[in-house]
Amino acid sequence: MTAPSRSLWQDAMARFRRHRAAMASVWIMGAITALAIMVPEFWPNSLDEVNWDYLESPPTADNYLWFGTDVNGRDMFSRTFYGARISLTIGVLTTLVALVIGVAYGAIAGYRGGTPGDLMMRVVDVLYSLPALFFVIILVTVFGNSFLLIFLCIGAVEWLTLARIVRGQTLSIKEKEYVESAMAAGLSTPTILLKYIIPNVIGPVIVYVTLLIPINIIVESYLSFLGLGVQEPYTSWGRLISQGADEIGTAPWLLIIPAAFLVITLFCFNFIGDGLRDALDPKDRTR
Amino acid sequence: MLNYALRRLLVAVPTLFVIVTLAFFLIRIAPGGPFDLIPDLDPTAAENLRKAYDLDKPLVEQYGNYLWRLANGDLGPSLAYRDRTVAELIAEGLPVSAQLGLTAMVLGLFAGMLCGIVAALRKNSAVDFTVMAIAMAGVGIPTFVTAPLLTLFFGLYLGWLPLSGWNNGQFAHIILPVVALALPTLAGIARITRGSMLESLGADYVRTARAKGLPEWKVISRHVLRPACMPVVSYLGPAIAGAMTGSVVIETIFGLPGIGRAFVEGALNRDYSLILGIVIVYATLIILLNLLADIIYGYLDPRVRPR
Repeated sequence: MTAPSRSLWQDAMARFRRHRAAMASVWIMGAITALAIMVPEFWPNSLDEVNWDYLESPPTADNYLWFGTDVNGRDMFSRTFYGARISLTIGVLTTLVALVIGVAYGAIAGYRGGTPGDLMMRVVDVLYSLPALFFVIILVTVFGNSFLLIFLCIGAVEWLTLARIVRGQTLSIKEKEYVESAMAAGLSTPTILLKYIIPNVIGPVIVYVTLLIPINIIVESYLSFLGLGVQEPYTSWGRLISQGADEIGTAPWLLIIPAAFLVITLFCFNFIGDGLRDALDPKDRTR
Repeated sequence: MLNYALRRLLVAVPTLFVIVTLAFFLIRIAPGGPFDLIPDLDPTAAENLRKAYDLDKPLVEQYGNYLWRLANGDLGPSLAYRDRTVAELIAEGLPVSAQLGLTAMVLGLFAGMLCGIVAALRKNSAVDFTVMAIAMAGVGIPTFVTAPLLTLFFGLYLGWLPLSGWNNGQFAHIILPVVALALPTLAGIARITRGSMLESLGADYVRTARAKGLPEWKVISRHVLRPACMPVVSYLGPAIAGAMTGSVVIETIFGLPGIGRAFVEGALNRDYSLILGIVIVYATLIILLNLLADIIYGYLDPRVRPR
C-alpha cells in the first residue's frame, strides 16, 4: 500500500480545506481585505468629502452612497472600508509586535530554564494580573495617540500568553534528540533557538496568532470608541461605531453597518483559528 | 484556610506595589504635562502650578512622596478639577460603579449557570442550540457594540427603557447597562457550565448515584452540579477583570457617573493623579476579588486546599 507521501504541512492544509466554516471565513476575510485595499483608492466618494445634498442619508443607490452618509454627509461606504483598512492593519501589526516579543521571550525563558527562566516567567505572571487595557489607556494618554504608538502599546501588553505557550513548547522540545545533537555539535544558542526550537513551536503559535488578531482589533476599537484611538479625519471601526452610537435615534445605519463588519470579522478570525487548531493538532480533533 | 488567605494577601502587596510603581513612572515620563491643555498659560503661572503640585521636584522624591501619602490613604489633588481631591472623586464614583458591576456579576453568574444547566440537561434540543448561539454571540461581540444595539432596540424601537442616565440607580435606568455589562460574563459562564455539566453527567459516580435510586433532582443538585461549578469559579477571575474594562465603556455610553467614566475623562484631560488613583483602585479590586474566587475554589474542592 503506497499512498503518495505528504509533508506535515500538506496534510494540515488538506485538513484545513475540509473545515467548511474556516474556509468560508477565509473567503469572507479575503473579500473584506480586498475592499479595504481598493475602496479608499478607487471609490468615487472619498472618506472626508461632504455630500451637501445627502446629509445623514440612509443607504441609497444615488451617487454610490450604498451605505448612506453620516451627520456631515460623508460617504459611509468609503468610511467603512477605510475603517476596515485601519482596524485590520492595527490588528495585524499589533499581533506582529506581540509575536516577536512573545516568541523571543518564551523561547529564551524555556531554553535557558532554571532560575533565570523561572524568574522571567514570574515577571509574566505579575504582568498577567495587571489590568492590561488600563495600561494601554495610560500608555496612549502619556505618549499621545499616533498610529505607530497605538500599535506598539497594544502589542507591548498582549504578548504574555504567547510567551507562556512558546515557553511550554520549548521546554519539551529542548529534550528532543535533534536539539541535543545540535548542542553536541557546538552550535551557538541563538542558532539553536532560531533553527531548531522556534520552527517547531510554530503550530500552536499560528493558532494563537489568529485568535490574537481579533482580540487586538477589539482593543483598538475599544480605544477609538472612547476617543483615545485614531483621530479625525481618519477612522476605524471602533470610531465609526462610537459615532454611530451617538446618532442611533436618527440614523441607526451608522451604528449597524460598521458593527456588522466588525462582528463578521471577529467571527471569521475565530473560525479560522478553530480550523487551524484542528488542522495543526490532529490529536485534539477527536474530542 | 485562613492561613492560605493570609499568605495570598501577602503576595498581593508586592503585586500592588509593582502596579503603583509602573503606573507612576509611566505617567511621569510623559512628554508634556497636565497643564499643557490650558490655553495661553503664562510661563510663570505654569511654573507656580508645577510647584504647587510638586511636579518640579526630582522624580524619585515625587515617587517617595506619593508612596508616603498613599500609605496614609491620600491619593493627592486632582489636576483637572482644581478644588477636588482624587479621593473625593473616587468616593463619588465608586458606589455607582460598584452597584453596576456587582449587579452585573450576580446576573451574569446566576443567569449564565442557569442557561448552561438547562442547555446541558436538554442537550441537542432547540433550547440548547438557542442558548449556545446567544452565548457565542455574547462571547464574541464586544460590549461597545452590544450596548448601543440594546439601547437602539429596547430604548428606541420598543421604548420600554430609558436611553441613558443614572437617576440615583433607579431600577429602570440600570437594566440596560447591567444587562449589557453582564452579557459577556453570562455567555462565558453558560458555555463553561454546559461543558462541565456534560462532563460530570457522564461520570461514573453519577451512574452510581442513579443506580442506587436517588431521585434525579438529587443526582443533579448534589453529584453533578458541585463538580461542574469548579471551572465556573476559576473563570470568575478573568470575568471580573473583563467586567471592569467593560464598565469603562458602559459608563461612558450610558453617561453613568462612575469611576470608569472618570477614568476616561481623566485620560482625555491628562489628569495624572486621577488616572493613577483609579488604576490603583481597579488593581486592588481585581486582586482582592481574585483572592476571593480562589478561596471559594478551595472551599468547593478540598483537593486544592493547601495544607
